[in-house]
Amino acid sequence: MTTSRMRFALPLLVFALLVALLAVGLRLDPREVPSPLIGKPAPGFSLPQVAAAEQRLSLADLKGQVFLLNVWASWCLSCREEHPLLLELAKRGIVPIYGLNYKDERETAQAWLKRFGDPYRASAFDADGRIGIEWGVYGVPETFVVDKQGLIRYKQTGPITPEVLEKKILPLVRQLQEAA
Amino acid sequence: MIAELGHIALIMALLMALLQGTFPLLGAAQGVEVWMRVAKPAGRAQFLFLLVSFLCLAASFVTNDFSLEYVARNSNSALPLYYRIAAVWGAHEGSMLLWALILGLWTVAVTIFSRSLAEEFLARVLSIMGLVSVGILLFILFTSNPFERLVPAPNDGADLNPLLQDFGMTVHPPMLYMGYVGLSVAFSFAVAALLGGSLDSAWARWSRPWTLIAWVFLTCGITLGSWWAYYELGWGGWWFWDPVENASFMPWLVATALIHSLAVTEKRGAFKAWTVLLAIFAFSLSLLGTFLVRSGVLTSVHAFASDPARGLFILIFLAIVVGGSLLLYSLRAPGVRDVARYGFFSRENLLLLNNILLVTAAGSILLGTLYPLVLDALGLGKISVGPPYFSTVFAPLMAPIFLLAGIGAMFGWREAALDRIWRRVRYLLPLSYLVGIGLAAVAFEGSDFKTMAGLGTAVWLAASTLATLWNRVRLRGHWVAGLRAQSPSTYGMTVAHLGLAVFLTGVVLSGRFSEEKWVRMAPDDSVTLSGYTFRFFGTEKVTGPNFVAQEGKFRVEREGDGRELRPQKRSYRVQRNPMTEAAIDPGWWRDLYVALGEPMDNGAWSVRLYVKPFIRWVWCGGLLMIAGGLLAASDRRYRLSVRRIALAPERSVATKPA
Repeated sequence: MTTSRMRFALPLLVFALLVALLAVGLRLDPREVPSPLIGKPAPGFSLPQVAAAEQRLSLADLKGQVFLLNVWASWCLSCREEHPLLLELAKRGIVPIYGLNYKDERETAQAWLKRFGDPYRASAFDADGRIGIEWGVYGVPETFVVDKQGLIRYKQTGPITPEVLEKKILPLVRQLQEAA
Repeated sequence: MIAELGHIALIMALLMALLQGTFPLLGAAQGVEVWMRVAKPAGRAQFLFLLVSFLCLAASFVTNDFSLEYVARNSNSALPLYYRIAAVWGAHEGSMLLWALILGLWTVAVTIFSRSLAEEFLARVLSIMGLVSVGILLFILFTSNPFERLVPAPNDGADLNPLLQDFGMTVHPPMLYMGYVGLSVAFSFAVAALLGGSLDSAWARWSRPWTLIAWVFLTCGITLGSWWAYYELGWGGWWFWDPVENASFMPWLVATALIHSLAVTEKRGAFKAWTVLLAIFAFSLSLLGTFLVRSGVLTSVHAFASDPARGLFILIFLAIVVGGSLLLYSLRAPGVRDVARYGFFSRENLLLLNNILLVTAAGSILLGTLYPLVLDALGLGKISVGPPYFSTVFAPLMAPIFLLAGIGAMFGWREAALDRIWRRVRYLLPLSYLVGIGLAAVAFEGSDFKTMAGLGTAVWLAASTLATLWNRVRLRGHWVAGLRAQSPSTYGMTVAHLGLAVFLTGVVLSGRFSEEKWVRMAPDDSVTLSGYTFRFFGTEKVTGPNFVAQEGKFRVEREGDGRELRPQKRSYRVQRNPMTEAAIDPGWWRDLYVALGEPMDNGAWSVRLYVKPFIRWVWCGGLLMIAGGLLAASDRRYRLSVRRIALAPERSVATKPA
């Protein structure tokens, strides 16, 4: 190829570089937004449960164990995506999962659990999203890993994928469970 | 039911786009006329199906069909009808559908205004537009279907993002998309010309009005976006160098370069390969803009929707469209011969300089926008490049443009007589700067060197633009006859360049003399800023259709002349995020701007007060550029030229380059 022809191929080469860069950029996880709450005590709450308004679920009840707090809502489509995974995880019984039902209505939330299955030990009913705000929720679903001391150790923004579950969440849970 | 109809119509549109994208192209290659004739009906049918699909989605919004996930996420039964319709393009899925619909609209426009274009060329153009449409429609159907159902349906929706519940933001996306997508016409012409080997001045003349109209829409979209950011975000700025703003600004810069270089290609048959490359770049940057906004690669205040799966799809699409056209360019462009000869001091070279500056500016914005991504990709951490970088890089690139835009048209084609030009401007140049500097020194206290230089340049730009017009008018003897004899394109250029001067004035003066104060104000407090006394009377609760607000009452006075301003702090019932609704008293010479911050004790508020001189001029400059573009596009020459293309398809591309 002569140099003059190379000149005309230059835009193509530059563009190829750009595409490579963007491809790498895509693989960086934009959901990996560092949460300021990592390593901090989980914000306390005491809320009525989804199943029955007269029963309450509070953070104090959960202390002393490693658990997952999954933020969900019946109007959230991505929650359905991760739901089978949560059901499976609940069956395996490795770690208890609690739900935070976010900006939802009680009946639709109950109907949703009936229809798709209920992986949660219990779900707190956060109708106005107040507790969600304190936990720094900015999209549903989100999942938090809380350790025995009540510190938030991990936050997954968006649906849990099998990969994230096996490679990040479960190893972390095991490690936290073994710790004193 | 309506939604399913819309979904089916969308699939039908895809099938039409496939027809439109394949048969005419093959027909043009093989010389099968029947295949080529598929292009027009397929293009029109595609548009009709897209329209049906779009109307179905709109109907779902109007009837509050929350069983659609997209409707449930972006609307609410309390949302006023006007915003329910605007909510159709309030988020990702719907705005992509709008993108596709607008592409269909441009396609139909091409089928209508091309009656006498060579069949083969038209077939190629429409085919390429069809292929672009195939990509977009696949993207919508597979990753962003707005007709997805939600079972069980929620009782009510999550409401439209309050930031978007505003007039400016409802018309901004359609305008911007008209511009983005309109550049696909110039792109398709360029690629069709490369494919067919008809890269000639007729091709350039044909592309010009389309490029101009797309550029007008793009200018309009950007101006609206800037105006919206000013009054809605409550920060009082008009441009933030935000990645999403940059994404619209880059195609604008390249399209501006394209308009100028098309002139050279049409009039002089020069810069052919370069013009084609610009046409490819302009549309590529539009697609890149879509990619950056939609993929979540860059986070930004504007990123209302982002999803990596979508990003990958758009990236592949981008690679095919842009990579394919650049590959074609690298194969065909070496055979293009520029026949024109021109001297060093010629309009050709000045326009080349204009092109280099504009493209460099676009390139530096691209660099600044992607630089944080590069660092992140190399694992060097997350950083953001802000206004300091852009302002530093931008000013020196723009300065020569402002200096030369006015006198550029005084330079003749081929070879300019420098001494004659010098005779015309030798008094004007120092005079303009004297006026500018004088104004800065006398009328505005505290002018620094930058203000004087900026204002002087603005005056010079306006004066030299008018002098250029005057020189042409004078040739006709009497000035009335002279004014009549000028073509709409000459007026278009004059008005657009004056717009640039007005814009520059706004930027310089509002940048230097804007005053702001963040203060705590209790009821009956007053604060003085730039000679204006702002007096606060406290707030009261007001209720809107889907929000409640605290409305503050202010009285602003200066020398007995007073007016009332009522800014609001709104809380939308469903989304619950607080929104600042600034109160603005607009004026030719200054804006008064009050925004409520946070409530404090005893009825006091933190309040932001701004006095912004000449800020309107920024957008007025944009409006003048729009007017100029429209004037230029209305030139009769473009309508006459159509027939000539059909008659004389001269060939200037050798199919086998040496």
